[in-house]
Order: sequence, then C-alpha cells, then structure tokens
Amino acid sequence: MTSALAAAQAPVEPFLTLTDVRKTYPGVVALQGFSMNVRPGEVLGLVGENGAGKSTLMKILGGVVEPDAGTITVDGVEHRALSVASSMSAGIAFVHQELNLFDNLDVAANIFIGREPRTGGFLRLVDTQKQREMTAPLLARLGAGFKPSTPLADLSLAQRQMVEIAKALSMNARLVILDEPTSSLPLSETAKLLDVIAALKADGIAVILISHRLHEIEEAADRVIVLRDGTRVGTLEKGEIDHDRMVKLMIGRDLKAQTAAPAQARGPVAFRATGVRTSTYPDKAVDLDLHKGEILGVAGLVGSGRTELARAMFGVDPVLGGTFEVEGAPYAPRQASQAVARGVFLVPEDRKAAGLLLDLQISQNISLPDLPRHSHNFIVVKRKEHATAEAQRRNLDIRAPAVTTLAGTLSGGNQQKVVLGKWLAMKPRIMIFDEPTRGIDVGTKSEIYRLMRRLADDGVAVMMISSDMEEVIGVSDRIAVMHEGSISGILGRDQFSEENIMRLAIGKTLTQGEAE
Amino acid sequence: MTKKDLGLLVLIIVVGAIVALINPRFLLPINLANTANLVGMFGLSALGQAFVIVTGGIELSVGSVIALTGVLFVDLVANQDVAWPIAVLLMLVLGAVIGLAHGLLITKLKMQPFVVTLCGLLIYRGFARFYTGDSTAGFGFGQSFPTLEFLAAGRSFGVPNSFIALIIIGAIMWVVMHRSIFGRHLYAVGKNEEAARYSGIKTDAVIIAAYVICQVLTVVASIYFAMYTRSIAPSAHGNFYELYAIAAAVLGGFSLRGGEGSIVGALLGVVLLQELQNLVNLLGIPSSLNFAVMGSVILIGVLADQQFSSYRQRAAAAKGRAPAAAEQPAAG
Repeated sequence: MTSALAAAQAPVEPFLTLTDVRKTYPGVVALQGFSMNVRPGEVLGLVGENGAGKSTLMKILGGVVEPDAGTITVDGVEHRALSVASSMSAGIAFVHQELNLFDNLDVAANIFIGREPRTGGFLRLVDTQKQREMTAPLLARLGAGFKPSTPLADLSLAQRQMVEIAKALSMNARLVILDEPTSSLPLSETAKLLDVIAALKADGIAVILISHRLHEIEEAADRVIVLRDGTRVGTLEKGEIDHDRMVKLMIGRDLKAQTAAPAQARGPVAFRATGVRTSTYPDKAVDLDLHKGEILGVAGLVGSGRTELARAMFGVDPVLGGTFEVEGAPYAPRQASQAVARGVFLVPEDRKAAGLLLDLQISQNISLPDLPRHSHNFIVVKRKEHATAEAQRRNLDIRAPAVTTLAGTLSGGNQQKVVLGKWLAMKPRIMIFDEPTRGIDVGTKSEIYRLMRRLADDGVAVMMISSDMEEVIGVSDRIAVMHEGSISGILGRDQFSEENIMRLAIGKTLTQGEAE
Repeated sequence: MTKKDLGLLVLIIVVGAIVALINPRFLLPINLANTANLVGMFGLSALGQAFVIVTGGIELSVGSVIALTGVLFVDLVANQDVAWPIAVLLMLVLGAVIGLAHGLLITKLKMQPFVVTLCGLLIYRGFARFYTGDSTAGFGFGQSFPTLEFLAAGRSFGVPNSFIALIIIGAIMWVVMHRSIFGRHLYAVGKNEEAARYSGIKTDAVIIAAYVICQVLTVVASIYFAMYTRSIAPSAHGNFYELYAIAAAVLGGFSLRGGEGSIVGALLGVVLLQELQNLVNLLGIPSSLNFAVMGSVILIGVLADQQFSSYRQRAAAAKGRAPAAAEQPAAG
C-alpha cells in the first residue's frame, strides 16, 4: 500500500488524457468540453448523479461512442476517437456492474473464454492444463484465495469481480474501469475489493472507480473528479476528498443528512416474528418486533438471512417454523396475495426481476396488485388506472413523459418510484424495503429516504434491509443486525456506529453497552 | 386491431384475391361456407391454445383430447342413450378436469408444460383407442339428433353455425383476454411470473385457469369435429390439431415466451391456415404437399413479421431520438 502511494505521487506521464471532449445527442448535451487525465498507478474516483454524463464518458473510452469534438491521448498518441478494438489494444478494460461470466465453467476457462490455448493439432482441443497454468499468476497478483480450477459457481460476488479483473490483467490492461463494483457487494467483501484495487495500483495499473457509495471513494481514490450536467464541476485531491464535499459538488447544493429524524416515540407493535425459521438457516430462529411509526434498519452481511426473512414476511418464501403477528392477529401468508391483503408490502431487492414488469406501462404496474379497485364488472377501466398512476406520479415525482410510458424505459431511480407507487396507492401497514437504493443516484436516494420517513410519520411500520452503512445509520430509528439466520443484536440510536454494526454482523458481541 | 393483425388481414385478402383470380371457384358460396366451418372448428381450439401460450406455456394434448372426448361423446349419444346435452356437459367437465390436472402438475409440482402435455398427448390417444378397441366410433344408420345436428353442423342464413359459435365465443374471449382483470393477470404472468407474484397475483391459479379454459374450449371444438365427421377413427382423429392451433397463435403474434399476442391475431391466423389448405386443393397442388406449403408460409410469415417490427423499432428510435436521448445518458 505504501509503495503504491509513492508511485501515485511521483510525477508520471498520464496514461490517458481527454481534452475538451464534447458529445451531443439530439436535444441533450451529454458532455460539454470535458477534460481529464489518469496516471499509471492512480485510482481516480469518478462520481456524479445519474445523467451527469458518466456513461457517455465510459462509452467514449470503450470506443462505442464517437465524441463530436476533442481529443483522446493514450500513451502519448493522440486520437480523435477510439474504436472498440483500439480501446482494447490500448489496454483499457471494463468491469461492469453486471458481470460477463459463465457459472458453469471454472475460473481459468472464464478468463480465457474465446482465447483458449489449443492443443491436439488440427482437433484444436482446449488445453485446460495450460489455461490453468496461465491463470495462476494472475490470481496470485490479485491475492485471490481461490484456484484456477475452482468452479465459478462456488465463488462469491467479490471473487467473481476478481475473476473479471484477472481477465483484464490477462489482456495486459493498463487502465481498469470499475463501474459500480460494490453496489451489490456485502460489507466484508467490499474490503476485499479495495485490496484488489491496491494490488492493481502497486502494479502501476490505473484504475477509474465509479461508485455511488461515496465512503468507498473516500477510502480508495487518490483523486476524485465530480461530474454534473456533462461538465467537470470539481476535482478533489487526496487530502480534500470528503463525503459532504462530493455530494455538494454532485448536486450543486447542500444535501443535509437524508433524515434529520427526530427521535420520536414509536407506536405499538405492528408486526411480530416469534421463532421464525427460514430455508437458508433452518435451525436458526428470528425474533423481531416492528413498531408503528418507526424505521427499523436491518443490517448484516449478504447471505445472513435478511432477504429470506423479508420474503417470508411477504409470503413468497416458506416459513419452516415460528409465527408472525400483524397488529396482534396471527398472520401466516402462504402467497404474496395474502400479504398484500393484510397491508404487508415488499419492495424487493431485484427491481427488474421481481419489482416490476418492464414491458408494462407505468399505470399498469401501479394498478396490478389492486385491479379490482380499477375495474367495473371485472373489466379493467383505464381511466381509473390513469387517475391512480397520475396521483402517484405527482406524489413521487416520477419523471416520465406519461403514465403510459413503459416501465422498462425509465431510469433505475424512477423504476423504483414506480414500485413504491404501486404500494403507496394501496394502504400500507407494514412496508419492507430490501436494498431500496441500490444503483440509484444520490438525489433520488434522499427522496426515497424522505418518503420512508413520511410513511413512518403516517403510522406505517417501515423495515429497511440495507448493506449500505451510511444509509442504515442515517435513516433508521433502530437497527437490527442479522448474523447467520438470527438477530445478533438490536441497536438504539445512541449505539449507532459502523463498528457496532460490523461487530454484530460478524457474530461478535458489543464491547460495552450491550444491545437492548 | 394492432398493426400486426392488420398485416395479417392484408395477407389473407391478397392470398384470397390471387386464388380467386386463378380459380374463381374459391368464391363459390359452398366453398366459402365449407372453409368458414373449418375456420370455426379450428378457431375454437386455437382460442384455447392462445390462453395457454400467453402464460408462456404450451398445450400439446389438444389433438388427443379431441379424439378421446370425440369417441366418448359419440358413444354416449349413439350407443348409451345419454341425452346429448348431458353428454356435452360431461365432456366439458372431463375437459376441465384434464386442464386442471395439467395445471396442477405444472404449477404445484413444477413440471415443464411441454413434458406434461406431451405425456397427455400419448395418454389420451391411448385411452381413446383402447375405449373403442381401436375401431371407429360413429352414429348408427338412421340415427338422428336434429337439434344437436343443427347447432353443430347446420347453418343459419347460409353461415355455418360453427363459425357463428366461434364469433360469439371469440368475442367473449377477446373481452376476457384483453379487457378483464384476469386477462391482465394472464399477460403479467406471461411477461414475468416472478414480478407478477411479487405484485400479489395468485400466479398458480392464473396458470391453472389458463389450462382449464384451453381444455374446455378444446372440448367444444371436439364436439363440432365429432358432429362434422360423424365417425371417429381414434388413431387418426385430431392428429396434429394442437400444432394447427399453435401455428395459428404464433402467426397471430403470440410469442411462445409468453406475455404477447392478440385474440384477433390468432383467429386471423386460423383463417390464413384454412385459406392455404383451400388454396392447395383449388390450385391443384398435390395434397401431399399440404404440410410443406403450410410450414413454409408460417416460417415466412413469422420471419417477415420479425423483420418488420425490428424495422419499425429502428424507425421509431430514429424519429424519437430527441426525447429518448434525454433518458439514455441518464442510464449510467
């Protein structure tokens, strides 16, 4: 780490320089005269709200989009535009949010897919042995704890990202661009990824890190460039990188702590789980009270059983034992429809697969759980659907041309608002949010936090599962931490700290001031 | 009517005009009435298939169910002296039970629709042949059921009653699929079953209902087929009928992946298939080439449709670039 720092501080020729790059799409300026450079062995943080121009910039670097003006200098050679091939041969590699890996192959085969070493003469068989031998040093460079022959299916998400990065190394990458690498990583794995970034640095490889999780940028970046409306609105050098400064530059104003929640008296128990066991941890039980008017944060490592608990509460996962109560009455949902009937709603983790139907219109998504109210004699009445959707569009400020717009064409934040609108149009008693702001920009995030608080103020019991520490601490009234299928502790506001959460999440107890 | 449906209608008219020019007998009332009768019968079974396909499923046992309920119905009415309305009712119940069984196997035991209904295809065909000892079931000489025969094989104002039945049932099914709550649920389940479940839809119930509707409509078609042929060879009756139904639905814009298609399109698909059948006969094409003609037209039709719609999308994208672009860079 120290040697890497030294390398970054030494004055080195930039590997990549962009000068006054412009890109205009009909009707919108995506980049207006953007300049930047990256030096070898430097970690450059790139932040900005959705729509700030980050993806256009990435497309230009990947050679997919041609800029209208400006120059791109790679290794001292000036280009007007890069092609996909020239970007690759220059050593620019991308690791995207959605990984391009094959579950059914081993690590080595994934790294050399399409470029396999051959053997067996004209048969051109894959030389599995050689492939693994070639992979081993790549994994060693990254400090990966798995073998070339490990099946990909056995790896965690962070390890899979390592495979992607190893693949980039195998193609002699000089610049690795990580696009939202941690948005779906649990806390413990995030640390691993940061180690890998340090390893790349030490090798003199430049890294561009794009993330909405600003504290990781704080931790990893040597320099941060903030983008807004297609221009660079600020550059922060190592010593200046700080969360509030980045947010202020990104949105052009102060974003005061998402919540500013007055610690208020919570209401009676709205939901109670007693000895509930779910499929991943059949011998562990969860006991949990959820009060009216509170936001209960649920923290813990990914795979600690949080999502399974939420799904069981919503009736989509089986409950193996124990009981639920809603407002004192027994509640045993076997299907989501029964949960919906009782006012227990879930905003699921995977927005695109489970949250909404991308091919349906906004209004059709919003009316879907409650069609009888939007119909007359079993016939759906469009007018009623549109009225409800229009109301939610105003309520949530869903940015779309019309309520008949297909949900799939919206940005992530607006899609999430449609999922919310679907439930807000009904009468929520218990709202469960599972990773509600994953992949959503800062502005929309704070809108969602405000909305959760509004719901709680209206007497709804809100439960929020999140792997984002800032979010859990900033938004919750209480935090329940899960560890391997049970609640390892519940923190009150005065006990909130990343350290306390982390200790409970890995199964340790608190040092002083035991959880309630 | 969607653009797709309209395209199909134009194709039907163009093919019809060409056939009529080459062989004017195409337009004779007797030929049109015969074709309409076939459209009516095959259309009923295509309607049923459409409900299953829109959920992303498939029902392969249709032809065998037509054979089984056909021989049972004829036997009950002709030999067992069961009053025909009761026999009809019994067959409808049998169809519902078969549909229910398929639906339960697919949803509760998580079997693949293709496998379940393929086994159904074999099983019901076997039962049909066993029931009659592989001999043909038919009405005895001089046996007559005037009301049943009128409803099933008669004509009103020169229009075959089977065709009228298709129009009435088709209109009802159009409302059910395209306007009702259940129809919305069907499309939602077909597009994304997981998301539908997370929206509180009883997805299993929706899928089971689709298979029940399919088999009930198949039985209605089966009774028309039985009264049309009047004698049923259980080893051959209804062979490939499921494939006609699937082909019609696909021609009409239904996607086998589910969540897409229109009832009008499926019915136009049936009309086109029957028109082609008719064309083979009228133009003196060897009838052995029948299937080859049908297969080629379906292939070309679906291919052309895909090309057109991707062309339309590109054109729309080019035209709507300005508003779309505002969203596009926002994706990152």
